[in-house]
Amino acid sequence: MKTIEELMAIRENAKKKMTVREDTGDEATRIVVGMATCGIAAGARPVLNAFVDEIAKRDLKGVTVSQTGCIGMCQYEPIVEVLEPGKEKVTYVKMTAEKAVKVVNDHIVNGNPIVDFTVGAATK
Amino acid sequence: MYRSHVLVCGGTGCTSSNSLAIIDALESEIAKKGLQEEVKVVRTGCFGLCALGPIMIVYPEGSFYSQVKVEDVPEIVEEHLLKGRLVKRLLYDETVTMEDVKSLQETDFYKKQHRVALRNCGVIDPENIEEYIAFDGYMALAKCLKELTPAEVIQIVKDSGLRGRGGGGFPTGLKWSFTAANEADQKYVVCNADEGDPGAFMDRSVLEGDPHCIVEAMTICGYATGATEGYVYVRAEYPIAVKRLKIAIKQAREYGLLGKNIFDSGFDFDLHVRLGAGAFVCGEETALMTSIEGNRGEPRPRPPYPAVKGLFRKPTTENNVETFANIPQIILKGADWFASMGTEKSKGTKVFALGGKIKNTGLVEIPMGTTLREIIEEIGGGIPNGKKFKAAQTGGPSGGCIPASLMDTPIDYDNLTAIGCMMGSGGLIVMDEDNCMVDIAKFFLNFTVDESCGKCTPCRVGTKRLLEMLDKITAGKATMEDLDKLEDLCNYIKANSLCGLGQTAPNPVLATLKFFREEYVAHIQDKKCPAGVCKALMTYSIEADKCRGCTACARKCPAGAIEGKVKEVHTINTDKCIKCGVCLETCKFGAVVKK
Ligand SMILES: Cc1cc2nc3c(=O)[nH]c(=O)nc-3n(C[C@H](O)[C@H](O)[C@H](O)COP(=O)(O)O)c2cc1C
Ligand code: SF4
Ligand code: FES
Repeated sequence: MKTIEELMAIRENAKKKMTVREDTGDEATRIVVGMATCGIAAGARPVLNAFVDEIAKRDLKGVTVSQTGCIGMCQYEPIVEVLEPGKEKVTYVKMTAEKAVKVVNDHIVNGNPIVDFTVGAATK
Repeated sequence: MYRSHVLVCGGTGCTSSNSLAIIDALESEIAKKGLQEEVKVVRTGCFGLCALGPIMIVYPEGSFYSQVKVEDVPEIVEEHLLKGRLVKRLLYDETVTMEDVKSLQETDFYKKQHRVALRNCGVIDPENIEEYIAFDGYMALAKCLKELTPAEVIQIVKDSGLRGRGGGGFPTGLKWSFTAANEADQKYVVCNADEGDPGAFMDRSVLEGDPHCIVEAMTICGYATGATEGYVYVRAEYPIAVKRLKIAIKQAREYGLLGKNIFDSGFDFDLHVRLGAGAFVCGEETALMTSIEGNRGEPRPRPPYPAVKGLFRKPTTENNVETFANIPQIILKGADWFASMGTEKSKGTKVFALGGKIKNTGLVEIPMGTTLREIIEEIGGGIPNGKKFKAAQTGGPSGGCIPASLMDTPIDYDNLTAIGCMMGSGGLIVMDEDNCMVDIAKFFLNFTVDESCGKCTPCRVGTKRLLEMLDKITAGKATMEDLDKLEDLCNYIKANSLCGLGQTAPNPVLATLKFFREEYVAHIQDKKCPAGVCKALMTYSIEADKCRGCTACARKCPAGAIEGKVKEVHTINTDKCIKCGVCLETCKFGAVVKK
């Protein structure tokens, strides 16, 4: 090791691999994927992983991805809820990995929830 | 990218309650479910709540599972990792409230703690240097080598007010400046990880949970004092700590953080590990160095102090593990940050190994100045079984006790010394009304008699005589004159022993005499042990009106001391009775009494 920059590069890299362990507290945006049997059968796991990968790829801070059990609307699985502090919860239904990438881009990064994917649009 | 990390405690406590088998089961179960690309298993060091081990924490939720068994693993994987449903029955009950699951940091055990020395324990994988680096590891070393002169490093340590955590409480910056001031062709840094105090495991946990921080701190110390070589002296009874320390040293060498020309600064430093055989006296700094040199671990007279003639007769800085563990944070966050914690003359935090009659046994790190009451009633969760707190022993065999009446004393070096106790290295043993204080003194004296190296007479012979006197008291054969002799001998040993072992050996006797003299007197004059511990002073008997003649006790008594026919009142033959107490435990009618 010769320079502080080298050490800092290792640090940044290592940190990225450890973001899931951060205690982000109440300030974080939470993405919750329904992963009960119904969700898994409907393909929730690729959705979950797509969120994790996309957030890592874009190196987004203060966003956690976690799972939950059955959200209670099995016909709409896979279901994903996005909870941002101080904003109303957005519930996306019938999610896919491709849709997940789009949600990260439009909603999480740019702040525009995708109305077409939400439970409201699906029940109309 | 892993979406979830499962941290399993690999500290000594949890390892002995089988956490390694849990890790194996987790890995195979995760593979079975095809989750190996999504979920990562990490083995960490001690979380502090060893009594609840084996411990597991699952991120990103931060769910804290305690007392996990191998059989529970499939359920955790299926429910939590696959389906995202917490396994409520395994959650640490303090984290479960009516509506919600709290984070670990909000529990009574952690709330008042402040982790500096233990900051990475239970947080990172100690065998992975990159996880240490992720939490600013080796940044302090880089800062020292690139931006600070050795004198500036020492000044920061001085300004922080850090004092030695090995027991003596000597100002660390001052100690470093002594070694720095001595010119020599070779100087050394020594880390004292002997940790001989029975019941203490602070240093072990730091080495197990965060070995790189010791490597980093010793390198900083080398730079500050002009030493190029360091030794860590660890007891061989700490195999996990030794293994992780050796891995850490190897990794640091591979990354060029130990060895030649570190950070292109021209500074060279390397580390060696030496194993101690577990003699208490080898924790004394001069004995420790004698032992590293390959000789029998006996103390040498001071002066010359280690800063002048230490290891291999060269100027040496010797510090305790926990002392070193504070250094990188002090360099990174500054002296003022550290000095803002604690009391006027004791800055920062102190780690205690909480043991004895307390609900949450384990490792706690608290700001100096926290009261014993806060430690016991809040962090420790109180005394089990509704018993009353009697005293806490600090400083192990060299220390004394704090009685219930002084529970609100803020804990720091000077307050403890003022009440005739001492901070010690951090063993904190809680005692309740069932503990006999004479017996406690005897326990520690037994230990020092065994551990005295024998080099000087006051300690070798004196402690033995002291123990004999205590034996006489607990056997009910002593007179009040013996009590005076006991005190005289204590003071004589303190004044005339060569090293700290002998000089402090009488402390447990003196402290218990000071606060619990009436218990000594009860043993001598009334021939009674008020706590009901000292066997020679107790008799078991059966109360005739309560005995139903069920014969249960007579069948259990190993000495055949209980006589009586079925449905008739039984009696205990005191000549035969060996006072084991089995009858008392056996009797369903409360007829057996101990007096
Ligand atoms: C009998 C005896 C045993 C000791 N055992 C230890 C020990 O296990 N660990 C330790 O760090 N210091 C121990 N010490 C204190 C050391 O001699 C020394 O003061 C200390 O390690 C200095 O480091 P510090 O300034 O960082 O506290 C012991 C002292 C005596 C007299
Ligand atoms: S005081 Fe005890 S341990 Fe220390 S040198 Fe003397 S005999 Fe050895
Ligand atoms: S060893 Fe696991 S919590 Fe202490």
